[in-house]
Amino acid sequence: MDAFTKLTGIAAPMPMANVDTDKIIPGRFLKTIKRTGLGVHLFDALRYDAEGKEREEFVLNREPYRRAEILIAHENFGCGSSREHAPWALLDFGIRCVIAPDFADIFHTNTFKNGILPIKLSREICDQLMEDAKLGENARITVDLEAQVVVRPNGEEIPFEIDPFRKHLLLNGLDDIGQTLQHAPRIDSYEAVQKTEKSWMPGISV
Amino acid sequence: MNATKKRTLFDKVWDAHVVERLPDGTCVLYIDRHLVHEVTSPQAFEGLRLAGRKVRRPDATIAVADHNIPTMGRANGIEEEDSRIQVETLERNVAEFGVPYFPILSPQQGIVHIIGPEQGISLPGTTIVCGDSHTSTHGALGALAFGIGTSEVEHVLATQTLLQRPAKNMLVRVDGVLRPGVTAKDIVLAIIGKIGTAGGTGHVIEFGGSAIRALDMAGRMTVCNMSIEAGARAGMIAPDETTFAYVTGRPYAPKGEALEKALAWWKSLPSDEGAVYDTTVVLDAAEIVPMVTWGTNPEAVVPINGVVPDPAVEADEGRRVQLARMVEYMGLSVGQKMTDLAIDVVFIGSCTNGRIEDIRAAAGIAKGRKVAPGVRAMVVPGSGIVRDLAEVEGIDKMLIEAGFEWREPGCSMCLGMNPDKLTPGQRCASTSNRNFEGRQGPGGRTHLVSPAMAAAAAIAGHLIDPREFT
Ligand code: SF4
Repeated sequence: MDAFTKLTGIAAPMPMANVDTDKIIPGRFLKTIKRTGLGVHLFDALRYDAEGKEREEFVLNREPYRRAEILIAHENFGCGSSREHAPWALLDFGIRCVIAPDFADIFHTNTFKNGILPIKLSREICDQLMEDAKLGENARITVDLEAQVVVRPNGEEIPFEIDPFRKHLLLNGLDDIGQTLQHAPRIDSYEAVQKTEKSWMPGISV
Repeated sequence: MNATKKRTLFDKVWDAHVVERLPDGTCVLYIDRHLVHEVTSPQAFEGLRLAGRKVRRPDATIAVADHNIPTMGRANGIEEEDSRIQVETLERNVAEFGVPYFPILSPQQGIVHIIGPEQGISLPGTTIVCGDSHTSTHGALGALAFGIGTSEVEHVLATQTLLQRPAKNMLVRVDGVLRPGVTAKDIVLAIIGKIGTAGGTGHVIEFGGSAIRALDMAGRMTVCNMSIEAGARAGMIAPDETTFAYVTGRPYAPKGEALEKALAWWKSLPSDEGAVYDTTVVLDAAEIVPMVTWGTNPEAVVPINGVVPDPAVEADEGRRVQLARMVEYMGLSVGQKMTDLAIDVVFIGSCTNGRIEDIRAAAGIAKGRKVAPGVRAMVVPGSGIVRDLAEVEGIDKMLIEAGFEWREPGCSMCLGMNPDKLTPGQRCASTSNRNFEGRQGPGGRTHLVSPAMAAAAAIAGHLIDPREFT
């Protein structure tokens, strides 16, 4: 996973609530055994018409948003299925940060695991950033994870909250499994105790 | 942990699985059961391989292919190449890592959330995860069961744990007695209509109250299945005699002395008298009627005798736009009666309603009647065991004679990854759990309903209150 430290880039405004993971990447594109290559199908139904032609009105089909690295949206972003194909598709397109008033739980976890930073800010601030983002090329937004601020094009700094453990992993590009394996002796001893306490729980074999 | 603190069902299961609490409150949580399927696991196994890691506990893991396998002519293999590759990849991975697997043609095969409880793999008081959001289904047994992404699938395969923060507790109590002809699906749709698709975010919902206690296990699973549709991490129901009777005798459930030992613990799991919930919601069962979704998320739901609502009455502009988009996408007009909506396709199945009880309910309505001309109706059992049982009971025949297609088990049209999909503009009464745009095929229009209403709609050719057929 790539580390996330500081990013200055174009933000795409997507003033929609309840953007579900089927919308981010429809089920029929999940038939892959890789993590990459999903970017072309990101927001497939919104992005392309029935013939597969780009819909001009969709934000990511327009310049400069084709190069967006930040996405700004409304409430409950990423609701629905647990498919990690959703953050994979965002990442493959080039999105490294999503800003919204709130996120669905599983999607929220999945973004961190892929080096994407989800930032929760109030609806009011999201709407301000949405207006900034509409200025396109002239309005770079900066996201500074170390300092925990989003910097608007006018220089105004907006602080955001983040779980310190997640921040640490993201800043250093650390893989969770490696972190957890530092606790391997505790897992071993837990399992040893459970063997007696939960001796009723059978193992599975076919 | 304070021993005198009154704890909820969730607290108790959580506490029993904390391996270590890190200083910031994150916990290393032990996972008892890991269910694996073909769509969200290939990248996880690949990750293990690249890092030279093993599956820590194959004996706590079970794999099955369900999402994109065909539900017709399966014995001839999988025609669609990418689906076939995904299934073959799963088969290679389970062989390489020594993970138990129910092969496609075995009767144990089925939708992962149907087979876990059916086989006795999902048990009360356990932690259960799967790379699929509807893992919440297993919470009906009094387990803590939740969906995870592929990175977490890899994490569980490698460590048998997850890094988690405790969720908040929410109690949804459904008091009183359901009216005849009202089902578990109607309860959960009514709950989501009340609290919204983000109403449960950050919470684990415990469903309680006399109407929930009165449900059989199939109904409880339907309710817990859709907790995720209310945004909750998981749904749970306290284990009781109904649960114990269900679990007893299942192939992988404890037996004899082991069962006695398990029961002793399971009986201690229900929430303590006076345990505190962060949020409590109460519904009156007697007020719930058969429900149907009209829009493109599960909270866009109305009683079957209701009408398409008017987006213009919404105060918030964003919501107004969203609702107007739903009306347009669904091809509706404001004020239209739900019962006036003609149906092209009926889908009965999925992890929400693919159990034998659901199929019996559908067959009860279909028996001696005929599917309306022009309607395509299909029934996809949730597992090989459900299929076989239905065939023994002869309800497959009732359905076939009425004009329903009788399929092989799998997810099928729930998400349209296999050849069963809607074509643009088609309207479907579906017993599944998601009515998102394009979920059942690009441009498809999904109305979520109970099995009884789905069968009734197939017969009538339009949405209808199933009580008219009883
Ligand atoms: S039946 Fe539908 S919701 Fe359930 S696991 Fe399969 S695809 Fe997911």
